Amino acid sequence: MTPLGVLLDGALGVLALTLVAALYRAFRGPTDADRAVAGDLVFFVFVGVVALLAVRQDAAFYFDVAVVATLLGFLGSVALARLVFRSGG
Amino acid sequence: MSPLDLLGGLLVVLGVGLMAAAGLGVLRLPDAYTRMSAVTKAASLGVVIVLLGALALSPSWNNLVKVTLAVALQLLTAPAGGFAIGRASYRAGAPLTPETGYDELARDGGGPTPSRTLR
Repeated sequence: MTPLGVLLDGALGVLALTLVAALYRAFRGPTDADRAVAGDLVFFVFVGVVALLAVRQDAAFYFDVAVVATLLGFLGSVALARLVFRSGG
Repeated sequence: MSPLDLLGGLLVVLGVGLMAAAGLGVLRLPDAYTRMSAVTKAASLGVVIVLLGALALSPSWNNLVKVTLAVALQLLTAPAGGFAIGRASYRAGAPLTPETGYDELARDGGGPTPSRTLR
């Protein structure tokens, strides 16, 4: 395995740990606002994972996924904000 | 290993580090607003740097166009999304940490409830 492959695998592992942190915060709360923040972090990490997979698997179409995921992440944040406001904290 | 690979690896490490910092902030910071701040700042810049690193590791004109688009969208929309979540949290009455120094929105009458502390 090349040094670059090791680096990419390590980076993906660190992002997986970040997802675990977001999952913990989504479970714990304590308010819906914290859960919305955790969801926002999941969107960001997803875009990062897709970008790393594009390099690791040498498949350029992942960059298309990254563009779409960026837009969807923004729409998701706004929708989550709306839900937080409706639910009252 | 070309210089471009070296640059890409460096950018990936830097960006993933920033996103890990956002994850640590989500775990450790005391209230929803500080967590939102950590996620929006660290993760949006982290995503941008990781995307640029991926571009440096697999350079082509197609990827350049897509990454430029994704980076521009990310930089434009991430602050707006974070602001929306923070504002909705405040208006929904999410508690502030007791360490909060000043609350200008409460002074201006922006909040729904008069006094709030961490549950």
